[in-house]
Amino acid sequence: MHIFKNTHYNFLRWRWHALVVSWAIIIAGIYVIATKGIPKGVEFAGGTVVITQFEQQASVQQVRDALDKNYPGGGQNVVVQAYGAPGERMVLVRVPSAGAEAGQSLSGTKDTVVAALQKANIGGFRVVGTEIVGPTVGAELTSKGIWATVLSLVGILIYLAFRFQFSFGVGAVVATIHDLLVTLAFLAFFRYDMSLNVIAAILTMTGFSTNDTIVIFDRIRENLRSMRRDSMYDVINASVNQTLGRTVITSGTALLTSLALFFFGGEVLHGFAFTMVVGIITGTYSSVFIAAAIVSFWRGSAPTKAAAHAPKMVAAQPPAPQQPTRKNKAQRKARAS
Amino acid sequence: MANIRWKLITILIVFVVFAGVGVYPILAARKGIQSPSWLMDKQLKLGLDLKGGVHLELRVQTDDALRLETDTESERLREELTKRNIPFTSLVAPDPTHFRVEGVPPAQEAAFRAAANEVSANFDRSPGANGTYIFTMKPNVQLQLRDEAVVQARETLERRVNDLGVTEPSISQQGTDQILVQLPGVTDVERAKAIMGSPGLLELKIVERQAATREELLVNGQVPSGMDIVPGAGGTGNAATTTYYLVRRVASVTGRDLRSASPSLDENNQPAVKFTLSNEGGRKFGNVTGENIGRQLAIILDGRVQSAPTIQGRITTEGRITGSFTSQEVNDLALILKSGALPAKLDYLSERTIGPTLGADSIRSGVLASAVGLLLIVVFMLVYYRFSGINAVVALIFNLIILLGLMAYIGAVMTLPGIAGFVLTMGIGVDSNVLIFERIKEELEAGRSSRQAMNAGFDRVFWTLVDTHIAALISAAFLFNFGTGPIRGFATTLALGLASNLFTSIFVSKTLFELELAGRGQGAQLSI
Repeated sequence: MHIFKNTHYNFLRWRWHALVVSWAIIIAGIYVIATKGIPKGVEFAGGTVVITQFEQQASVQQVRDALDKNYPGGGQNVVVQAYGAPGERMVLVRVPSAGAEAGQSLSGTKDTVVAALQKANIGGFRVVGTEIVGPTVGAELTSKGIWATVLSLVGILIYLAFRFQFSFGVGAVVATIHDLLVTLAFLAFFRYDMSLNVIAAILTMTGFSTNDTIVIFDRIRENLRSMRRDSMYDVINASVNQTLGRTVITSGTALLTSLALFFFGGEVLHGFAFTMVVGIITGTYSSVFIAAAIVSFWRGSAPTKAAAHAPKMVAAQPPAPQQPTRKNKAQRKARAS
Repeated sequence: MANIRWKLITILIVFVVFAGVGVYPILAARKGIQSPSWLMDKQLKLGLDLKGGVHLELRVQTDDALRLETDTESERLREELTKRNIPFTSLVAPDPTHFRVEGVPPAQEAAFRAAANEVSANFDRSPGANGTYIFTMKPNVQLQLRDEAVVQARETLERRVNDLGVTEPSISQQGTDQILVQLPGVTDVERAKAIMGSPGLLELKIVERQAATREELLVNGQVPSGMDIVPGAGGTGNAATTTYYLVRRVASVTGRDLRSASPSLDENNQPAVKFTLSNEGGRKFGNVTGENIGRQLAIILDGRVQSAPTIQGRITTEGRITGSFTSQEVNDLALILKSGALPAKLDYLSERTIGPTLGADSIRSGVLASAVGLLLIVVFMLVYYRFSGINAVVALIFNLIILLGLMAYIGAVMTLPGIAGFVLTMGIGVDSNVLIFERIKEELEAGRSSRQAMNAGFDRVFWTLVDTHIAALISAAFLFNFGTGPIRGFATTLALGLASNLFTSIFVSKTLFELELAGRGQGAQLSI
């Protein structure tokens, strides 16, 4: 079975369009982040989350009313939402303070929330989970998260520059940065809370999104040996076409499992799975349209290194026009290797 | 053929070992099958987010340890100067790492230096201008004291938590000054926090005077030198009123001189804590009590006088702390005193409790997502690669079994993000097979025989796989470094999954192909 058989799409022709689309998404993301901010989970923003399980069904509205009435300062900053499966009667309450600011012990705010709920007449409940994060933790985590991401990108750049050529490493890393920005943009569009799990997904994605790129680069390197007379432009196009099937399938399987996590993995993993789904899709797109395009920009449409050094070549070829016949020949050659 | 046999035997051994360590104990525990403990001990451990418990992050205020050192040294200098009759106008410690002496007459400079050399080896002294000397703690001493404070705090917490009777607690240092405490199954968070955070500093000091207000104890508006004013419960043990005690700054005996502490009752049958001093502490205590018969001895706990009984006679090794305690408080206090004082104050940075119901929910949805993920991958591989899909599925299941086995063997902890890593391992792991199969297809289309195509497929893709796995491992390594608890569980799962995937997708999968082609002629067809 084949999903793509002997395709000859001229992917590089679309590189400028792709650039516009990517920038549009990234700029829209930056705009949303600049105007509405990145929503932060308690791990980053600090605050208190109390998850309660009620003996009888208590609606979100009842809980909110209870907090409005009994919580000092009213419930306007309090987030109340249903949690877990509907039959489990769980409600999550999130307050942006952690007691520590007011000089209380860390659990001060939690105690106030619990007391407010007890005062209201909405039936018995148990506190099944709490998460209280003081104000100092978030800033530290943010800088640690950014460092981990930056260092992991640098690590990948160094490894790929060592294994391939420098331009390839740059292409892969720029593509990954692109994926990172697009994913952040989507997280901002869909208002997902920035949490530790989301950061974990982002870091995983940086590792995974280079996979497709590496597969394409490997093929480019292989084709550079067999397509000595062809321009870099043609070599890259041929390589992307030859690896198109596996690029789509490998991303597809990863996407299937991420979707399984998204739909069945439960509340806690939602942000994680969403990040992975977006990351995998943009990672595939960027391997083709960004990573390969960067290499083509970098190396221009000049003939391959081997061709340039060949004694017969006097001058660099002019930018190659799109010639489907040439590419066919190139591909046949690649096959034969 | 013999070659294939050895490969199959290797695979079988790997399978039995990893399935035995990784999968069997979980099944045996569920079905209640009796199994040897050396095997069951290796059972994959669940993280707090799955089995429920408390997860606390604390910061050690290491400045406290520095301040203590600065205070001690400056007091020693004060004593030394007084002893040698060297005048000075003031001696203050403005921050945890400095103290300053002012107003030393120029004529006494040499004598001052001699005295200072006696006491302050841990401090650098700035040359005195106008009789002012600034002592700065040496940077290496600061570093050492901070490190020691964190290590001591961790050890003290370990002792306290162990006495709480928590099974399998985990207390680890994190960064330079943070401590992560994980207490599985604990539900009474407040008590655990109170016990862990209590400084537990016991001091026994002779009372000079006592009064109802602080002001009455001041001499010329100042605390007399070498003295401290400590508040405490009223003279009759009445907690509602506060009495102030003027005590000597240097304690006669401290918690460090304790040998043990246990709950007991006082003469009125009220809960109290009985303590026993070490030999050394007992000697000091004997001297102090012997010299001060008829005076009051303040028993100070964490900066508050609990009681100030009158010394009836010489006491050497045993004493009792009385006050208005409940029996629970007495138990906790004995536990805290036994474990020793914390070297510095602890701040709680974050606290997370997960009830057993939430944990069970997470396990349920994690298992469901794994099952659905596995099913999707299996169906896709079988439909797309037909017979060869079975090969990939076998390799994938091997991969998952080895992953579970490795995790159990190294004692890694399965967390909820770890389950996510497990599910992703399926989707990402099978990619290696996809790359190999696609290459084989390509080689077949180029007119190679099945065997040639198969060999070429594995050879050509090998380095691609190494590159993709290393790139993913680089990010997993930084992820491990970044995260704590659950996130580390995820990074571990991911990294181990990548490693075992290299083995299964190359070695296991190729052996299966060889088996399929073995004994068949050149014209054998691969279903791929």
